[in-house]
Amino acid sequence: MVSTRAQVLAWLDDVKDPEVPVLSVVELGVVRDAQVDADGGVTVTVTPTYTGCPAMRVIEDSIREALLLRGAPRVTVATVFTPAWTTDWIPESARAKLEAYGIAPPGPASAVDELVPLRRADIAVRCPWCKSMHTTLRSEFGSTSCKALWVCDECRQPFEAFKAI
Amino acid sequence: MPPHPALVPALLRIGDDRLVLGHRTSEWCGHAPILEEDVALVNIALDLIGQANLVLQHAGALEGTGRDQDALAFFREAVEFRNALLCELPKGDFGVTIVRHFFHSLFSVLQWEALSRSADTTLAGIAAKALKESRYHARHSGGWVIRLGDGTDESHRRAQEAVDALWSYTGELFMQPANEADLVSAGLTPDVSTLEPAWRAQVDDVLRRATLRVPEVVWMQRGGRDGRHTEHLGHMLAEMQIVARSHPGAQW
Repeated sequence: MVSTRAQVLAWLDDVKDPEVPVLSVVELGVVRDAQVDADGGVTVTVTPTYTGCPAMRVIEDSIREALLLRGAPRVTVATVFTPAWTTDWIPESARAKLEAYGIAPPGPASAVDELVPLRRADIAVRCPWCKSMHTTLRSEFGSTSCKALWVCDECRQPFEAFKAI
Repeated sequence: MPPHPALVPALLRIGDDRLVLGHRTSEWCGHAPILEEDVALVNIALDLIGQANLVLQHAGALEGTGRDQDALAFFREAVEFRNALLCELPKGDFGVTIVRHFFHSLFSVLQWEALSRSADTTLAGIAAKALKESRYHARHSGGWVIRLGDGTDESHRRAQEAVDALWSYTGELFMQPANEADLVSAGLTPDVSTLEPAWRAQVDDVLRRATLRVPEVVWMQRGGRDGRHTEHLGHMLAEMQIVARSHPGAQW
C-alpha cells in the first residue's frame, strides 16, 4: 500500500531524538520533508542539528526502521544543509514538553546579532523546576552539543537549557 | 553553478584545519583545570571534527577518486595535510590552548561567514551551519583571554607567553595561494588575505581589554598549506590514525 506524505510525517512524529527523548525528530526540525514515490518508496530529507552531533546516525537508522516496519518498500534518507538548522523551528507545544522534562527551552536565536559576539546576549532563562527567572549560566557547554549548563539561584538546582542557535 | 574540482585543495585546507585542531583539543578530555572546561573543550573538539567531517566528505566527492572523509583523515601522510601550522602545535598549557582557539576561532567566524556566500551551494550550506558553532567558540575563547590576561599575575604571564609564542603562526591563516584567483573570481572561496583587517581589529580590541601586548613580529611562519609541517604533526597523526590503519575497512 502506498502511503501519503502526511502519513509518513505522522509516523516520523513517533521517532524520538535519542538524546532528548521527549521530542520527535519532526518537532526538533531535523526532518525537513518526505516524498513518496509511485511504488511507495520514501525519501526523507533531514538536516543535522550540529555538524558533530553523534545522534544523527542513530536518527537516520531510526527513521529507516520506522518506515520499513510500516511497509515502505524502500527508504532513502537524504541530508541537506540549507537552510541551516535553528532552534526557532521548535514549536511551542514541543517547548512545553522540553520544560516539563527538565530542560529549559531555547529563546529566540535571532537575539544573537554581532558577527563575533564576545558577550552573550542578555537573556533570561526560566528554571524548569521552580520557574524562577533568577538563574545563572555556568557553562555554554553541556552534556550534548545542543545544551548549556545553568543553575537556579532560587531552588539551587542545576539544569540544562537548549542553546538558541 | 556546478561543483568545481579545483576546489579540492581549498577544501582540504579548510577541513584539515578543523580536523587537526579538533584532535589536538580532544587531548584535553579528562585533563582540563575545571570540570566545565573539560566539557567545553570536548564539545568544541566535537564541533571541529564534525565540521571537518562534512568538508572532507565534500572534498572526497568532488575529487571523484572514491576517497571518503575517513580515507582522507586516516590514510593520508603528514606531507599531504594542508592545515595551518598553528593548528598542529602541541596543546601546551591552558593559556596556549585558549589563545590558539581565540586566534583560530575568530578567523573561522570570518572564513565561514564569507564561505556561506560561496557559489558552491553545498559548501555554502556547511559554512552557514559551522558559522553558528564558531561564533560560540569565539565567545568562549575570547572571554577566557580577557579573564586570563586581566586575572592574576600568573595567568597574565602565561597568557602573554602564549600570545608571544603563537603570534608568528597567525600570518599563515591569511596567506592566499597565488594559483587560486579563478576560485575567488568565480565566487567559490574568499581571498583569505581580505579577512585579516577584521580579524586584527578584533584581536587588538580583546588583547587591549585583556591588558595583553600585541607582539611586534613581522616575520610569519609558513609551510602547513604546502605540506611542510612541524615535527609535531606526524606524532599526532600516528596516534590519530592507528586504529583505522590497524583495522582497515573495519565496520561496527
